[in-house]
Amino acid sequence: MSRRLASGGRLIDRARPLKFTFNDQHMSGFAGDTLASAMLGRGQVLAGRSFKYHRPRGVVASGAEEPNALVGLGKGERFEPNQRTTTTELFDGLSATSQNHWPSLEFDLLAANNLVPQFLTAGFYYKTFLRPRAFWKHVYEPIIRRSAGLGRAPDAESRDPDRYELVYGFADVLVIGGGVAGLQAALAAGRAGARVMLWEQTAHWGGRAPVDGVEIDGQPADSWIKSAVEALEGMENVSLRLRCMGAGVHDHGYVLGNERVADHLPGASGPRQRLWRVRADRVITATGAIERPLSFAGNDLPGVMLASAVRDYVVNWAVSPGRTVVVTNNDDAYRTAIALKEAGEDVPVIADARDEATGALPQKARDLGIRIMTGTGVQKVKGGKTVTGVALCRIDSDGSTHTEVLDCDAVAMSGGWSPVVHLWSHCGGKLIWDDAQAFFRPDPDRPPLGHDGAGFVACAGAASGALGAGDGLADAHAAGAAAARDTGATGDAGHPARAEAPEEAPLRQVWIMPARAGYALRMKMWLDFQNDVKVSDVQLAAREGYHSVEHTKRYTTLGMATDQGKLSNINGLAVLSDALDQPIPATGTTTFRPPYTPITLGAISGEAKGDLFQPLRRTPMHDWHAANGVHWEPVGQWRRPFAYLRAGEDVHQSVNREVLNARSNIGLLDASTLGKILVSGPDAGRFLDMLYTNMMSTLRPGKCRYGLMCNENGFLMDDGVVARLDEQSFLVHTTSGGADHIHGWMEDWLQCEWWDWKVHTVNLTEQFAQIAVVGPKARALLERLGGMDLSREALPFMGWAEGTLGGVRARVFRISFSGELSFEVAVPAAQGRAFWDMLLHQGRDLGVMPYGTEALHILRAEKGFIMIGDETDGTVIPQDLNLNWAISKKKDDFLGKRGMERVAMTDPDRWKLVGLETLDGSVLPHGALAVVEGVNANGQAQTEGRVTSSYYSATLGRGIAMALVRRGPDRMGEVLRFAGAHDARIEARIVDPVLHDKDGEKLHG
Amino acid sequence: MLLLTCPHCGVTAEETEFAPGGEAHLKRFGPGSDDDAFEAYMFNRKNPMGVHFERWRHAYGCGKWFIAARCTVTLEVFGTYPAQTTEPPAGIVETIKAKRPEWEGYK
Repeated sequence: MSRRLASGGRLIDRARPLKFTFNDQHMSGFAGDTLASAMLGRGQVLAGRSFKYHRPRGVVASGAEEPNALVGLGKGERFEPNQRTTTTELFDGLSATSQNHWPSLEFDLLAANNLVPQFLTAGFYYKTFLRPRAFWKHVYEPIIRRSAGLGRAPDAESRDPDRYELVYGFADVLVIGGGVAGLQAALAAGRAGARVMLWEQTAHWGGRAPVDGVEIDGQPADSWIKSAVEALEGMENVSLRLRCMGAGVHDHGYVLGNERVADHLPGASGPRQRLWRVRADRVITATGAIERPLSFAGNDLPGVMLASAVRDYVVNWAVSPGRTVVVTNNDDAYRTAIALKEAGEDVPVIADARDEATGALPQKARDLGIRIMTGTGVQKVKGGKTVTGVALCRIDSDGSTHTEVLDCDAVAMSGGWSPVVHLWSHCGGKLIWDDAQAFFRPDPDRPPLGHDGAGFVACAGAASGALGAGDGLADAHAAGAAAARDTGATGDAGHPARAEAPEEAPLRQVWIMPARAGYALRMKMWLDFQNDVKVSDVQLAAREGYHSVEHTKRYTTLGMATDQGKLSNINGLAVLSDALDQPIPATGTTTFRPPYTPITLGAISGEAKGDLFQPLRRTPMHDWHAANGVHWEPVGQWRRPFAYLRAGEDVHQSVNREVLNARSNIGLLDASTLGKILVSGPDAGRFLDMLYTNMMSTLRPGKCRYGLMCNENGFLMDDGVVARLDEQSFLVHTTSGGADHIHGWMEDWLQCEWWDWKVHTVNLTEQFAQIAVVGPKARALLERLGGMDLSREALPFMGWAEGTLGGVRARVFRISFSGELSFEVAVPAAQGRAFWDMLLHQGRDLGVMPYGTEALHILRAEKGFIMIGDETDGTVIPQDLNLNWAISKKKDDFLGKRGMERVAMTDPDRWKLVGLETLDGSVLPHGALAVVEGVNANGQAQTEGRVTSSYYSATLGRGIAMALVRRGPDRMGEVLRFAGAHDARIEARIVDPVLHDKDGEKLHG
Repeated sequence: MLLLTCPHCGVTAEETEFAPGGEAHLKRFGPGSDDDAFEAYMFNRKNPMGVHFERWRHAYGCGKWFIAARCTVTLEVFGTYPAQTTEPPAGIVETIKAKRPEWEGYK
């Protein structure tokens, strides 16, 4: 039975006991424990239930590759599902809950799935839930959701209270993995003088060398590791980080790392995690290797563990699983039997699939009195919720008879090792199959390539396939020295350390056990523990024609769980290769994708949440709006006032008040967000003639002209008023949202097409505050400020003048987007707020009142003015909006002219702009479609138009709308039917879109 | 994420500092061009497996447009040059030919 040994444990501090809870049961462990070692140490082997069959599951591994022992950590707003107990450092007060069981971990009703395992075979969803169709939503999906899946997602309404940060880093050489190979590579590169970063995903340096009893430079691994770390810490050009997982290697040496700064220190100040974004000239992955499970019947029972993990628990944490049978196809697993025996534990037998076991490690095991059975494998594991025994059989048999049955608490299995090639493969590094060692390893001749075409990733130690510590250190030293040299370091890299480890005999490739096992056994052999995929599932997929490993993966879900198949992939593709009767390299691997282990979304978003989610652009009058009842509307990164609410009003009432006041007194609009681009130079006029559909070069200084910009398709893109400042310069006004885009558009044409034209553009949008002073009393207010003659004669409609108003330098544009007498006044941004305050103060008795963007929309819609983004959607040409008058016929060329000449653009059936008047006076829904009899090829109602703008007009006391309607302008007076909510039909008459001041008397006032 | 060097200001920076602008060296067809030529200009884009020329703007830097010659398979960047040209400069073509002898050349 699993328990804590009386002595030993190189990582635990028995003087510091820690308390924690698992499913609300109080338990305790020691400082230095992982949650897994603490649970095993007090006999808690059962950790959770499996994904589909709800089979009992316990810890298999001791590190990041753990597929089974996932728990929910923390409570309330700090709850986090699917955390591996094997990588969770224990702290006082930790609270964990098991997952995926109903009603309880010990007694799970859904384990009934297990009684009919044929029910959930490969492709089960595709086969089972096709019919009847209606059952999917109401029957199948709710049941599957209850029974399948892992942890619960955190409550959608809770907010993670912890801080996360993004950090940028740069390195000549980034070494990922702090085992002895990573330390050796960092030493070589650091000594040579390169700027080195070294990351280790666990809390300890040195990896598994100390557990495996390796001697380095004549001393125990632990003491070499200590001095290596001290040497690295003494180098100014080297930085070291524990608990930092190399998550992904991306293009051109961009590497992501996830540092768990304070996961183990709840309540500590500072960030909980850090996401590193590092640019490295060279990356060395010293990520080690992962042991493979063996596929025998019942290999998923709690108590069946990787041999290396058993060894880790004994040596690192003084935790023994109890009486343990070792099953192996290689020499390395003998270390586990030896470690157990030396710790005083019982190892009844080592079952070795090979015909002989004569190496140094088997000999040592024999000398300790351990019985070794060669040519032997596991027929099946016995037990319910944990292992109670194991039946052995001849490895080459069909498993129908056993040779022996032994009682035991645990099975330690080893199917050989696979280098961790994930980081090498993320960015295109290729693999080769090493048949002697039975694994894929990086092909050093085909590395991921950087921006200069040179390989930028190298592997070191076990990650490159050099499994033994001796070879691994030499390999790592060479990798570190070469990487440093590549980055221009010229120092002496020194010599590699020498490691002493016993020679190991070759393994025997064993993919299922026994070799000729029948179906009854194969359907109990687990490949993917987390997703419940078995040998029989992969074989079924192969029989059903899934020959590509990528297809088989998706069909069976092999390797698709949160562990990304770290334990299952190689075994799975070996089984697939066997079923397809082809060599393993012909099957190949699935694609390795980042991140290496899951990263919490909090770390990815970092500080970019809440107020820091994106930058906020503020106009000079922003604070006044905020203090005066503003209801904001986001416009790009700006916040614009939608309306200003007064006490007792709702938004609708505010908007109506603002509209009526602008029509009868004076409205003020903060128009500072309007794009303002200065276009100057000898060719400025010629350039604007190409950009706008109408002629701009003929505009006289002192005058304004409205213009349309189209893209090369002829589709309307932006509009606005251009003011000619002098012979060589124009001030181009763009829409608020379009300023940056249009400036970029101008630069694109100037730099890439007409680069010999002498034109200079500057985006002045934020240099000026702009205020529209709108309404019949607008002139009276501005004249009160004094300083400029703004009479109808001095400044007629579509003119502009420069001067001083109320002591502030100002440009006054006599333009109108409301249909009223209107002046747009631009003043330096720094004086915007003062000027705004002055207008409010001076105009109090004239009824001055700010209005927001909704009133702006209604005022322009009453006047029939279009709005980019409402009447246009990227497929509308100016002709659709009856703007032919703004398209020059004199110009040979302008952007969009050729596009407008296409047949589809001149089709008389195009939908064109009209006004609408509902028969009942109601407001049409935005975007409502005009429906006609009949259906189209998809069985949908036929349509002949759509509403582009729709408002309640306080001026007219009814709903008004603009719409694009097939042949609309030819159909004045016709009544159309528009689709409303719940199949309602709303009747509306086609009318002239200009509903207010048709003769323009007010406009020109 | 690519590393690119702006040929105008000399800065080597992350891809996020630049804005992509699609295939380079397009010839504009305006009024008077036939439908096929206009269609090709508007819509038909190369999508090669290998050497490609693409427009980039140093949007969060000097603001200038340039062209990058790049391998779409290995992501190797052969070089960058200012956009004020109708075809790749000879030096870039030489570099690419040396590294990709099988390359059929520009156009």
